Amino acid sequence: MPRLKQLIALALLALPLTAVASSAEQRGLEIAEAADAYDAGFGDFVADMKMILANKAGETSTREIRIRTLEVEGDGDKSLSIFDEPADVKGTKMLTYSHGLEPDDQWLYLPALKRVKRISSRNKSGPFMGSTFAFEDLGSQEVEKYTYKYLRDEPCGEWTCHVIERYPAYEYSGYTRQVVWLDTEAYRLVKSEFYDRKQSLLKTLTMSEYQQFLDHYWRPGRMEMVNHQTGKSTILEWTNYRFRTGLSEADFRSQTLKRTN
Amino acid sequence: MRWIPPILLLQCIVTAAPVAADFSGNVAIEAVTFFEDAQFDDQFDDNATLSFEPRWTTHWNDGDDRFSAELFLRADGEDAGREHADIRELLWLRIDGDNEWRVGINTMFWGVVESQHLVDVINQIDAVEGIDGEEKLGQPMLHWKRYTDSGVFDVLILAGFRERTFQEAEGRLRAPLVVDTDQAGYESDDEESHVDLALRWSQTYGDLDLGVHFFDGTNREPLLLSGSDEDGDPVLIPFYEQMTQIGVDAQLIYEDWIWRLELIRREADSADRSAFVAGFEYTFYGILDSATDLGLLAEYSYDDRPEGQRGVFDRDLFVGTRFAFNDVQSSEILAGLIVDTDNGSRSFRVEGNRRFGDSFRGTLELQLFANVDDADPLAALAKDDHLLLELAYFF
Repeated sequence: MPRLKQLIALALLALPLTAVASSAEQRGLEIAEAADAYDAGFGDFVADMKMILANKAGETSTREIRIRTLEVEGDGDKSLSIFDEPADVKGTKMLTYSHGLEPDDQWLYLPALKRVKRISSRNKSGPFMGSTFAFEDLGSQEVEKYTYKYLRDEPCGEWTCHVIERYPAYEYSGYTRQVVWLDTEAYRLVKSEFYDRKQSLLKTLTMSEYQQFLDHYWRPGRMEMVNHQTGKSTILEWTNYRFRTGLSEADFRSQTLKRTN
Repeated sequence: MRWIPPILLLQCIVTAAPVAADFSGNVAIEAVTFFEDAQFDDQFDDNATLSFEPRWTTHWNDGDDRFSAELFLRADGEDAGREHADIRELLWLRIDGDNEWRVGINTMFWGVVESQHLVDVINQIDAVEGIDGEEKLGQPMLHWKRYTDSGVFDVLILAGFRERTFQEAEGRLRAPLVVDTDQAGYESDDEESHVDLALRWSQTYGDLDLGVHFFDGTNREPLLLSGSDEDGDPVLIPFYEQMTQIGVDAQLIYEDWIWRLELIRREADSADRSAFVAGFEYTFYGILDSATDLGLLAEYSYDDRPEGQRGVFDRDLFVGTRFAFNDVQSSEILAGLIVDTDNGSRSFRVEGNRRFGDSFRGTLELQLFANVDDADPLAALAKDDHLLLELAYFF
């Protein structure tokens, strides 16, 4: 029975490989779960975000957005973005109920028409406000949104990082995979590389100037997203972080978007 | 108790504890040119006008009390009918848990469809500002909103009726006869002080948004009766009837489709009316590997009023496209064609806008009418094809 022998030999050969593969995937998932667990329990936070868009020629334009985020147990976060600059979109608001693999619920308030519009959240890979950030880059990062693979640990600046690959499990992503660097102590995201549908490097995100809040939660003061294919970049400067401000579900209703604030 | 003049009361509220105030708005110049000689005497061919829309807001009590004021002013050289000022908003909002109270003047929007505004009945249309009904006059009201697990309930008591604005003789985009607003008549003996009642329930069920409303009061849309002015010249006289209306609006998102429906049943002395608009928007995201989204829209409107009493949207098909370029300038182009399925009258509009620098927005609008049937309400506008350019500075 030479064929059976061959088969057994093949199976024996393949065994350690699958074991390694499954453990790399298991390890990747464990790290993602640990990162999620580390950040759980923040309750709510508000912050001001300044977005500086630069094109290849170095010309810049600026947006100012106030962000309010509410942690929702057992589901994705709820978030409200209030636009202050540029002046022609002042008062525009975007409300998002993010869900794991299900499409998010999203509403837009247009102050010129005093109109709240429910919009499709399908546009995940589209640019946010003309920037190099896509909607999916700024959305709530739930564990189940990706499958994972652990690659290695390596030094990343002053810290040591887990390097893991993650693959979008939700529909309509603009990426085939992301390589992310998370520090081993507090799971701070240091860097992400985004690979497009043709498997070429599209963008790199670097996060820095981390600050700690409530003696536990870390948030970046600066995020920079460079698009290698267009030469455009966007810097996000985060200020005035405040945690547990008393926000509740009532502050994240589509009907409350009409309120002046 | 002594009666306190509202303005003094307002001052008290505002001076008591202004925590944060915010001033914003825009100044815009608008130039319009008409391609054909006017259909009626006295109408202008080209015009340039200036508008100013300041907005001021403040809040106190940890944001549980909020105040907002918004004015609209237009100065117009050629067109006296468009020169006007209006208080779009002068509103005190009190938030009390699941209840919201609003007192003052407000402008609000009800509805989901794109081609017309059937269920949007709270505010009067500022008709001299555009034929799309999207500019509206501020409405005095007391508004109670309550959030519950079974939906959001709105109760509105509307005190003080606003008459529709109309073009004067020199204005374009008007009826063949001038509307003499000084002679406006009412069915109700209370005339413009009739108090109207509006109720609305709305709820979101997953991807479905549903709203039902009831309105009892003065119809914002007047009948236009023939009459004569003091010189004996023929004019149209607006007559505001009482009406009772129920209506439904619904929107369903399914993958790349958005389905929309508005329907109303209106009862009034002159005629009862059932009408609906239904349609969809389908979006192609990131067309041709670009950041541009392309939306395709189609909506059908039906109105069962007898011929002669119908509006523009009686048995009409609207098809449109929306390009959102998702660029730094937030550039957008919307193009729409409305065809009357009975008589073939067509109205076509393209509107493009983008930001310039950080503070300016430019809008270009082309409006064409074609194949207009003499019996269609569009007949009066048949020679009003025009190009409009607006440049607005925002602060």
